[in-house]
Amino acid sequence: MNNRVVITGIGVYSCIGKNLDEVKNSLYNGVSGVGFDPIRKEFGYRSALTGVIERPDLKGKLDRRLRIGLAQQGEFAYMSTIEALQNAKIDQDWLDAHEVGILFGNDSSAEPTIKSMDIVREKRDTALLGSGFIFQSMNSTVTMNLSVIFKLKGINFTLSGACASGSHAIGMGYVMIKHGLQNQIICGGAQEVNAFAMGSFDALSAFSVRESDPTKASRPFDRDRDGLIPSGGAATVILENYETAVKRGAPILGELIGYGFSSNGEHISQSSVDGLNRSIDMALKDANIKPEVIDYINAHATSTVHGDMNEALAIDRVFGLSRPPVSSTKSMTGHECWMAGASEVVYSMLMMKNSFIAPNINFENPDEFSAKLNIADKTLDRNIDVFLSNSFGFGGTNSSLIIKKIK
Amino acid sequence: MQKEEIIEKINSFLIEEFEIEESQLVPEADLKQALGIDSLDFVDLIVIIEKNFGFKVKGEEMIDVRNLQDFYDYIIARVNK
Repeated sequence: MNNRVVITGIGVYSCIGKNLDEVKNSLYNGVSGVGFDPIRKEFGYRSALTGVIERPDLKGKLDRRLRIGLAQQGEFAYMSTIEALQNAKIDQDWLDAHEVGILFGNDSSAEPTIKSMDIVREKRDTALLGSGFIFQSMNSTVTMNLSVIFKLKGINFTLSGACASGSHAIGMGYVMIKHGLQNQIICGGAQEVNAFAMGSFDALSAFSVRESDPTKASRPFDRDRDGLIPSGGAATVILENYETAVKRGAPILGELIGYGFSSNGEHISQSSVDGLNRSIDMALKDANIKPEVIDYINAHATSTVHGDMNEALAIDRVFGLSRPPVSSTKSMTGHECWMAGASEVVYSMLMMKNSFIAPNINFENPDEFSAKLNIADKTLDRNIDVFLSNSFGFGGTNSSLIIKKIK
Repeated sequence: MQKEEIIEKINSFLIEEFEIEESQLVPEADLKQALGIDSLDFVDLIVIIEKNFGFKVKGEEMIDVRNLQDFYDYIIARVNK
């Protein structure tokens, strides 16, 4: 069975906007969501830079029992999912009557894990933790909570694939619908943003220390970059069997035509050109298209020297002749980690819908590798019919998604 | 602590923390059936009681607590012990 898989709803809650409209404007205008978090400095972080995101107030929107198990990233994911369901025209009656699934990428829930153990250390009694921490602390916190909130009856699990988690969640949803196992799946990625989550990552000296100028700190592909900026939020992408979508008169925003993946089998933190190429090639093969069909590449590029270099080499190897515009939206958002693969699909969908390519801000001078790419350093008003979104993660996990406009 | 003060404190956290309507807080209200306090909520009650009254509840002590009056009586007895 080879069902066509379409996207009928998207939603986002990020440091560059709390909904699709705000995010679209930020993307078009090249607005950065990066700032300075004094708590991280108090904690002894080398870099206190982060995507800055406000926690939504869900009191009055969800009752206490449904709120109490939500960690920060679960709250973000609730917001992005509400928006995605609304624009997919899926209401609770539909969810009650159909087998709708949920697959989210998430790879940590540090804040509740640490805070609960702080209480145990102080009180020496686990009975004083209350009931919420367990449901907030598990890696599957997003899917376990949203599946209860929306009373979902289909596939229900969380996928952890480091910084490719969100992309793999969409890819896995695609595989399930393509092969007829599910008709509709709420996919996405979510990432906590707090000082508890990023200390061990900061320890690797991977973060930019350009603290005097936060909005200039994330500069993927730029010669003068000095590291990535951790960030987060949540993004939701509703995947659906094309036939089901047409039958119910759903808005069809795009078709997911290719999913590629690979494992580098090499270094735990460094990417590999060969691994990236195998992922991109597999996606192109799955989509049954040639590289020159791709109009835009949303790069994974996080603003680290080694990662950006390998991706530039991998992109040039496949797209050296057609040279489609490339940008890393992480230049504005910072690195949204477990969420990034899903949010970058949402960002690219917004560009495709509104016919523009968001700029790779802070790209001032190329290095010898990025010089080979056609990097959009300014907003381009341009039609996109087909785009590629890359996501790579620790452990050498790679994911590539190809999405096309339905005409 | 006076009995009235304890009852006021209990009602206050049931309204604030458990988001129960004030009109539902009648002495004969069954905690599970009428007020919707389930087994997970009991876990949270233990934390709130410790915060408000400074003692730790043992699960088995609550076995006979069925309605709000039982709950008031239990807390009053423990506070004045």
